[in-house]
Amino acid sequence: MKKFLMLALLLVTMIFAGCGDKDKEVVYVYSWGDYIDPEVLKIFEKETGIHVIWDEYDTNESMYPRVAEGAVHYDIIVPSDYMINKMIDNDLLQPLDFTKLENAKKYIGEDFFKQSEAFDPGNKYSVPYCWGTVGIIYDKTKVTEPVDSWTILWNEKYAGQILMQDSARDALMIPLKIMGKSMNETDKDVLAQAQEMLKKQKPLVQAYVIDEVKEKLINSEAALGVVFSGEALNILNANPNMAFAIPKEGTNFWIDGWVITKDSQNVDNAHKFIDFMCRPDIAVKNFDCLGYSTPNIAVRDLEEDEEVKNSPIAFPSPEVYKDQETYKYLGNQMDEYYNNLWMQVKVD
Amino acid sequence: MININARNILLTPFLIWAGLFIFIPLVCIVWYGITDYDGNFSFKNMGLIFERGYLDALKLSIWLALISTVICLLMAYPLCLILTERQRNNSTIISLLFILPLWMNSLLSTMAWQTILEGNGIINQLMRLLGLPTFQMINTEGAIVVGMVYNYLPYMVLPLYIALTKIDRRILEAAQDLGASSWQTFVKIILPLSLPGAVSGITMVFIPALTTFVISALLGGGKLLLIGNIIEQEFTFQYDWHVGCALSVILMIFIILNMLLTTYFDKADAEEDF
Repeated sequence: MKKFLMLALLLVTMIFAGCGDKDKEVVYVYSWGDYIDPEVLKIFEKETGIHVIWDEYDTNESMYPRVAEGAVHYDIIVPSDYMINKMIDNDLLQPLDFTKLENAKKYIGEDFFKQSEAFDPGNKYSVPYCWGTVGIIYDKTKVTEPVDSWTILWNEKYAGQILMQDSARDALMIPLKIMGKSMNETDKDVLAQAQEMLKKQKPLVQAYVIDEVKEKLINSEAALGVVFSGEALNILNANPNMAFAIPKEGTNFWIDGWVITKDSQNVDNAHKFIDFMCRPDIAVKNFDCLGYSTPNIAVRDLEEDEEVKNSPIAFPSPEVYKDQETYKYLGNQMDEYYNNLWMQVKVD
Repeated sequence: MININARNILLTPFLIWAGLFIFIPLVCIVWYGITDYDGNFSFKNMGLIFERGYLDALKLSIWLALISTVICLLMAYPLCLILTERQRNNSTIISLLFILPLWMNSLLSTMAWQTILEGNGIINQLMRLLGLPTFQMINTEGAIVVGMVYNYLPYMVLPLYIALTKIDRRILEAAQDLGASSWQTFVKIILPLSLPGAVSGITMVFIPALTTFVISALLGGGKLLLIGNIIEQEFTFQYDWHVGCALSVILMIFIILNMLLTTYFDKADAEEDF
């Protein structure tokens, strides 16, 4: 009896699974939350007849194990730089066929492909989707001196007024840059010094935050905060007292890119989707919705809002990102080492 | 009388439930906790608690949970005493008052405390309005204790209230007739008789306070890590199940110690009565 039931159950699931996959053209996308204009998906489905199945994750780290262990099968993912690097190293991605990506070749800026080489040598696996920097947002009414260096986050005048990012790489990047080192540093002595600086800074820090940073700065809860450029734009719009600066020591130039997984079942559809995202009229829709800078060189001309068009944060001049570093994957062991350094700052 | 067979049948659903969702996960946690990545038996991950300063987090958790439990106890006793002395037909309203905070999602009410305690929060705005000095309470140990007391007070009040209502009024009257002062009545009669309620209240407050990670994450600003936060980060962020499970096992030891201690007091007290 039991065996019969199991068999029946198996048959039923097989029939249902069959329905979903074969009758309709589909593409499975795994993306950051709120990382697309929902209207764009509707247009894509209408134009191509390909049904998009959309899932979301909140950090690179939570996405990785789900994909790596093969628990779920997605065709397209949009991870950040160092995570793309990690996925390439662990053989989870397949090379893209650029003959099917006409829009990507035409409209994605050369600078961004060049920067992507840091994590995707030869640009074989990824097409940039969004990019940005990390900087300091500050309250002009509370911070009187010019903000041009990360060292202001160690200024005792602002004790209890500083918000830091709660993530190992982003936290350690700051002292490393002050010391004039690379944000991909692997020398353990240098990393220990960086950790020491963060421990020293801890009494001055109000909180280590991730997404809450926006809310807190809009409500003027702090005078200084470390934020991503896309978030900065949103905060500036909501609170006119704020200003954004990129420290002179250099910062992280991050890129999120579209990739296709190794075990993708819908490779053609996935290419169609990625190329669709690079089409200027679609890219401008996404840009207006997200506020993150786009590598698409046609978007600025299509942007209708003059204020956004001339905003140096939305469309920074190339000097802002030209000589900046991008995170690289440092290997599993080094990853763990970074995480432990950071945990120890937090338990200290 | 239900015969043995029927009893077994009635018990089966729970046994299956307990086996699948309590016993097996427990075995898994212990198994992960005492093995390393290659599946070899090892106490290395448990030993990490001494190396990485996680011991401080555990100490802080125990300390804050202890403070919260004491505050809950000190707040609940007078409250319950006053309530039981009032008319008993008020009890529906009263128990409603106890249960009301539990109707709200605890995550939501903890987030509300965030806005109350913030630098530009409700309390400080009031202080400013009255011309009083403001203070920074959010992201401190104090804020976490406030969150714990708020969330877990009902779990102290309920068992205590029930224990106190069960005390026979005639015993109290007899004490008064025989000349005992109210303090003597409290120490000699009310306290011993309500101790089982207090003991279960202490357990019900101390254990969730010891293991919480939500309250400390929201009110501690990521600067104060309790052992619960470290376990959570080991699983979600570091993706290290072995360390996470090893720490969980250590935490379990403390929970079992706490329960042994409370049942010991419970029993010792029960024996004293006879």
